Amino acid sequence: MSNYFVYVPFFFLLILIFANACQGENEIKKAQFFTNGKSLYTVNCENCHGVKGEGLGNLYPPLSDTASIQSNRTRLSCMIKYGIHEELIIDNRKFDTEMPANLSLTEQEIAYILTYVGNSFGNELGLVSTEEVSSTLKRCGQDQ
Amino acid sequence: MSSYNLALIGCLLFFSCGQTSKKTLPILGEREAVTKEVNGKTITDTVYQTIPAFSFINQDSVIITEKDFDNGIYVTDFFFTSCPSICPVMSKNLLKVLAKFKDNNQVKILSHSIDTKYDTPWVLKRYADKLGVTGDQWQFVHGSEKDIYGIADKYMVYAKENADAPGGFEHQGWLILVDGKKRIRGAYDGTDNDQVAQLMEDMDILLGENE
Repeated sequence: MSNYFVYVPFFFLLILIFANACQGENEIKKAQFFTNGKSLYTVNCENCHGVKGEGLGNLYPPLSDTASIQSNRTRLSCMIKYGIHEELIIDNRKFDTEMPANLSLTEQEIAYILTYVGNSFGNELGLVSTEEVSSTLKRCGQDQ
Repeated sequence: MSSYNLALIGCLLFFSCGQTSKKTLPILGEREAVTKEVNGKTITDTVYQTIPAFSFINQDSVIITEKDFDNGIYVTDFFFTSCPSICPVMSKNLLKVLAKFKDNNQVKILSHSIDTKYDTPWVLKRYADKLGVTGDQWQFVHGSEKDIYGIADKYMVYAKENADAPGGFEHQGWLILVDGKKRIRGAYDGTDNDQVAQLMEDMDILLGENE
């Protein structure tokens, strides 16, 4: 009986410690992806989409429409890699400027960029992992 | 009390002196000394590089010539609408210039497209619309390859077709300031916020010069 009272709290404590460790690892990864993504964003995206993700007039859409970033999560990798060649409605406005493809970006780099954009400008996507980008890219052009 | 007053007067003198020495802008480009005889006297005059006559078609498919820029100063650049690199930043900065001098008929902006095949007046119109530019203060112009690249040389801006460059063209992001006599008075990096701020200050100086 006394053993039971000792072991059960100990067991829960152990679970808590493991869960925290995992979360900590995830947070570190997210921070690392975010930092790398920021510098890649500056080089590849900022000219059109702006330092604050504000876009430019009705030429280039902002990246601060959190609902649209959220709902397009499974398409963002393809948009970055292969560009956008269709009209989009973002921030209640129509955008039809072609976005160029970025074929030279690797899956890893796209994950960095998406983790940065996905956690800046009001967005809260959390970590976008390389595995997520990889599996999304396999399904580009199909219904996602 | 009296020493305080003296200090105050000193400060005022200092500042008022600082303001009387008006800053002027240099005249850039080549120059040559021309000697001629006027009324039997030999006079040496400096002739500065000026922008020659030009004729382009703007976003409203109207012909635009150097005469449209006769009464005032203008800022000019070279860009193309599908440019993925520096042009969006230059356009964004030119929007600031436009906002500052909105409805000032002494100030104009002239953007030349170096993508002479794709950027027809219709494409330029769509670009201007999407930027939110209306009216005729900011002219986006289309011309033949020979004319556009020829005039770029006159503004001392490098522009060339290059398949290896992002978007297919290689060019410099200068914003060139031209005075009422078609002389180049300044060149500013259109992607640098500090230099664009300097451009707007210098435009005020240049406008003061015309008065």
